[in-house]
Amino acid sequence: MVKFLAFFRNAPFFPLAVLAAFVFLGVFGEWIAPHDPVEGSLMDSLTPPFWEAGGKWKYPLGTDSLGRDILSRIMGGAGISLQIGILVVFVAGLMGTLLACLAGYLGGAVDTVIMRVVDLVMSIPYLVLAIVLAAILGASVYNIIIILGAVIWTYYCRVLRSEVLRLRESDFVRLAVVGGCSKGKIMLVHIFPNIVNTLVVIATLNLGTVIIAESSLSFLGLGVPPPSPAWGSMVADGRDYVGQAWWVSFWPGLAIFLVVMSFNLVGDWLRVRLDPKFRQMAGGS
Amino acid sequence: MGGKRILEVKDLQTYFFTRRGTVKAVDGVSFGIDRGETLGLVGESGCGKSMTCLSILRLVPQPAGRIVGGQILLEGDDLLRKSDREMREIRGKKISMILQDPMTSLNPVYPIGDQVGEPLRFHQRLDRKSAAARVLEMLRQVRIPSPEVRVREYPHQMSGGMRQRIVGAMALTCRPELLIADEPTTALDVTIQAQFLKLLKEMQRDFNLSLIVVTHDFGIVAKICDRVAVMYAGKIVELAGIRALFNRPRHPYTMALMNSVPKMERKVNRLTSISGQPPDLKELPPGCSFAPRCSLAMDICRKEYPPVSTAGEGHTLTCWLAREDAAGG
Repeated sequence: MVKFLAFFRNAPFFPLAVLAAFVFLGVFGEWIAPHDPVEGSLMDSLTPPFWEAGGKWKYPLGTDSLGRDILSRIMGGAGISLQIGILVVFVAGLMGTLLACLAGYLGGAVDTVIMRVVDLVMSIPYLVLAIVLAAILGASVYNIIIILGAVIWTYYCRVLRSEVLRLRESDFVRLAVVGGCSKGKIMLVHIFPNIVNTLVVIATLNLGTVIIAESSLSFLGLGVPPPSPAWGSMVADGRDYVGQAWWVSFWPGLAIFLVVMSFNLVGDWLRVRLDPKFRQMAGGS
Repeated sequence: MGGKRILEVKDLQTYFFTRRGTVKAVDGVSFGIDRGETLGLVGESGCGKSMTCLSILRLVPQPAGRIVGGQILLEGDDLLRKSDREMREIRGKKISMILQDPMTSLNPVYPIGDQVGEPLRFHQRLDRKSAAARVLEMLRQVRIPSPEVRVREYPHQMSGGMRQRIVGAMALTCRPELLIADEPTTALDVTIQAQFLKLLKEMQRDFNLSLIVVTHDFGIVAKICDRVAVMYAGKIVELAGIRALFNRPRHPYTMALMNSVPKMERKVNRLTSISGQPPDLKELPPGCSFAPRCSLAMDICRKEYPPVSTAGEGHTLTCWLAREDAAGG
């Protein structure tokens, strides 16, 4: 327990608190939201936030064109957006890392095949690929995760492969081979821990991109199916009213911004925390 | 020292098949090492020293490189007939290696204790506790001060000399019978070099270890080797006991190498060097590979490769001059 707490010494308080709050909303949002995030009253459509003229305390952050409470939708959407963001990054990161290790370490034909697939996927505009996949699989939250994961892993794969190539030639890997280590063990024990830093950096930067990418899919009608709230699609919904009702896009946009920034800051801290060279400084002697 | 042959390399041939031709990196190398003996492998860069070592471990870079012929007998067992799994058991357990650069020889993300203990846990299936005890003992043996504290530290917290000693500890935890040291002191500064060589010698005595030391430094050869193999263009040109080699080098290449070591006794304005470049291993000249650079080359040298001749107890060389001597008297 003490060890666990010691790990969080020097942790950035604000971003972790923001993330914790959003995760909490993601899990319990549906129950604690003041209104139903899906049902709206058309009478109250496009009500501004409470401090503006015409604003009501009933809808503190205003309503959208269908009269749905934006605060409730953000709370309700936290779950979906974070799920998509985190799961896509996880799936893409896992796949990308695994294939990068195989391609980089084994080399030869394995490398050629994997990297040509990467080139292939990267050469197709991702929206076109997503449209095809969405047409085949149909629009649902899990299909979005599959679609985005299927596109984004290539990015991880390409960056991490070059790291693996560098590590493969390093002396400690050669000595591990001399010491009788099997290929699988070398990848798992010697190569993977050395690329974690890069992986964490890419993953945290990538998370924001994924949440935004979900919104562009929603924009095409291929994202989260309409009534369910998702931050990306909320931003997209407000596009038509930006002139008259800024709040429809602004609040979900702010939520995305806070989450992405917090993830980046936490990622930054984690990267430093996981690097042995910084460990003794962070640990205080 | 026991006198038992631990390793016998016979007519080893390791070729690289490249698009521009076949490179004969190791071309018919034969030598043997007794238990507890130290063999030096000396020669210019690219003469096949390191490839000979990698061949012994069967770690020639794939897929271009391949061992195409010969035998490598470890205690009478031919390593070239072993399966990959059997080779993995042998690596680290019977044969182990130290590389040139201690700064990159350790994995930066693990405490050194884990790294020294890893081979133990892999090869001898020791549990965490007994492995930890052995690790401490090993670190003490390689003179790491306060090992109890050091085991939990990371490589970047150590100096180069200390790291190289830890690499040494790592290589020796499983008590191998043969240690290959590929230029083990090149990256260390002179005082640390001497220290490390002394340690290596002690380790050799304690574990009755056979050593192959790859180097281009005759100082190191003089200090720790029992016998020396001088390599040129993928072949051993002279193989002799340390005294015989230093007192009476026979091969012109060995002489030339020794002459290019700067002498302290007299002041020289120009350092002597061997003229010309080592030959392209893809297109070796028909005769002796050294003939184009040899100051004593004769006609026959450019036509035919010389056979092995004996120049005393355990002293062999491949040079036409030695044949001449033998024939002449």
